[in-house]
Amino acid sequence: MKQRLARVWDASAGRHLLLALLGLVVVVLVVESVSDFRNVQLASLAYLGIAAGGLTVLTGLNGQISLGHGALMAIGAYTAALMLQDGEPPIPLLGIVLVSMLVALAVGTLVGVAAARLHGPYLAGATLALAVAVPGIALRFGETLGGEAGLRVRLPDIPEWVLDAAYFVTGSELTRSSYVAYLAWLVLLVTYVLLANLSRSRVGRRWRAVRDDEVAAELAGIGLGRSRVSAFMVSAAAAGAAGAVMAFAVRLAAPSGFTLTLSLTLLAAVVLGGLGSLTGALVGAALLTFLPDVVTDAGRSAGLGDIRAAELAPLVYGLVMVAVVLLAPAGLVGTVRSAAARRRARSSRSGRDTTPDRRTTHTDAAPTGAVPTSKGDVR
Amino acid sequence: MQQLLNTALGGLTLGMVYAAFALALVLIWRSTRIVNFAQAPMAMLTTFVALTVIDAGYSYWIGFVVALLAGLVLGAVIERFVVRHVEGGPEINAVILTLGLFIVLHALASVVFGNRYRSFPAPFGIRGIEVGETTIGLTGFGIFTVVAVLVVMGLLVALFRFTDVGLRMRASAFNPEVARLLGVKVGRMLTLGWALAALVGSLAALLIAGGSLVHPGYMDSIVVYGFVAAVLGGLDSPLGAVVGGLLLGLSLSFVSGYLGSELVALAALGILMAVLLLRPGGLFAQAQERRV
Repeated sequence: MKQRLARVWDASAGRHLLLALLGLVVVVLVVESVSDFRNVQLASLAYLGIAAGGLTVLTGLNGQISLGHGALMAIGAYTAALMLQDGEPPIPLLGIVLVSMLVALAVGTLVGVAAARLHGPYLAGATLALAVAVPGIALRFGETLGGEAGLRVRLPDIPEWVLDAAYFVTGSELTRSSYVAYLAWLVLLVTYVLLANLSRSRVGRRWRAVRDDEVAAELAGIGLGRSRVSAFMVSAAAAGAAGAVMAFAVRLAAPSGFTLTLSLTLLAAVVLGGLGSLTGALVGAALLTFLPDVVTDAGRSAGLGDIRAAELAPLVYGLVMVAVVLLAPAGLVGTVRSAAARRRARSSRSGRDTTPDRRTTHTDAAPTGAVPTSKGDVR
Repeated sequence: MQQLLNTALGGLTLGMVYAAFALALVLIWRSTRIVNFAQAPMAMLTTFVALTVIDAGYSYWIGFVVALLAGLVLGAVIERFVVRHVEGGPEINAVILTLGLFIVLHALASVVFGNRYRSFPAPFGIRGIEVGETTIGLTGFGIFTVVAVLVVMGLLVALFRFTDVGLRMRASAFNPEVARLLGVKVGRMLTLGWALAALVGSLAALLIAGGSLVHPGYMDSIVVYGFVAAVLGGLDSPLGAVVGGLLLGLSLSFVSGYLGSELVALAALGILMAVLLLRPGGLFAQAQERRV
């Protein structure tokens, strides 16, 4: 039995599934024990986490930077909102998430094909333009997309069987916000399992190879363009799913929800947590969700007005982002991991005179010490 | 006919501002291979400095000069103490750093100066000049804009062409190692380059702000237009940046005038994509060396 468990654990797909199941249990415990307000926060943590997870795959594993993921989230959110106009959608909510994902995937493929030929600042600039341009579409087609005011999202009633099942498992009534929180976390867990497996697979290895050395990857027979486009597609799909969940949680899809700031804070989340690690993306998303309250309260008690205090949170993200690039390019999770790996290496080889070996660090993370493109530290 | 003329005039005026902004990006790109995405908030911050000076009762021109000087100092400080550490490193670090700065400066301005819209004065009339019976779309402030950008560009050209400092700056940008061997203080030249770029960016911001409303986000889309203009010209060429800026100003003005202003950003995206896909090196690119 123990052996079998160990074998499941060793296969990375099995490990990811087990972790996800564990995560599900934790989610149930947390959602049931906190207030409705916290459940709304949990849902927003989930959609930021989903989008950040997708961006992690793109930026961390493939080395492409995107500032347009807020725009892709907007596409997902508007798709979901359009399908939820009547309040009684033809398909269940999870189906709506799937459709939003597919629409964002289609747009993401177009962008990805264009982006595959760009790199570094060019790609950043092009996706920046995307982030600025997309809200204009909602204004242009004001009649269908609601213009400045946006589209209200009317969530359908919770299905009976879900209510029954929830009562059976938890012994308490399911509220609307905890329903959305469950839904959001379910999507998050599924997305993360898929992303984690993908990044461990051959596809993921190719992405990393392209990130680390384009020329070597090409010599090894990897199609650079195809690898870049596929990474972009995967992360666009995640952004679309995140957008749909956001629409459920916020109950609104409006241009003001998808400003440049959203795209930049997503990137901040990815950088804070550590490029290339899904755990890092989740940690970053958690910081984005919970930090504003803490910082804003601190600002208010320091005598700042409400609006000014609200700007302290982005100030902190920005500062941390700058500090991370300057001091700990592997991000929070990456830095902790590499420190742990160094300690492990030291204790296992004590007595021998060795320098910490890079290869002993967790392979899931970006190469420690540098943000993806490792060319820089070779030079 | 009149609308056509007015749209074109407005486009050219705006184009000059984009050109100035693109020029600032190009100055930095040439010397440090970094696209300074924080350019817009840096410039926005200096506009608020000018506004503070003007609100304190000083004249527009004192505010103008103070803002330009503030830009100069801000650019130098940011290069020397922040950006210096990622120069020559992985591209992605520099991009993330300037975006981090973007967020920081943005939030800083909101905390210090507040998040509301405030009107910014203009030194000249912002009504169209009357020629005979009709009013044409060229304002006094528009003329000032064009002249100011032309003067600054002329000064920059003179600096790079005819002065010793300019020569050293060009050498540092062209080949830092050789320049260093020849005794050029490359670090100092890079700082100077960033300072000058920030000054030009501040000028662009002042010109955009004149006679309209400012708030911490008012320059955000300009960084996109400036980038598009710079890419049109090839990011490496100052002349290209100017031409790119004018072209972009004209095109966006026509989009805004004939199709709707909400499509301007979308049009910029379209132009950018088209250029990057057809001529990734920009419209003025020579044949490029092949990588491996």
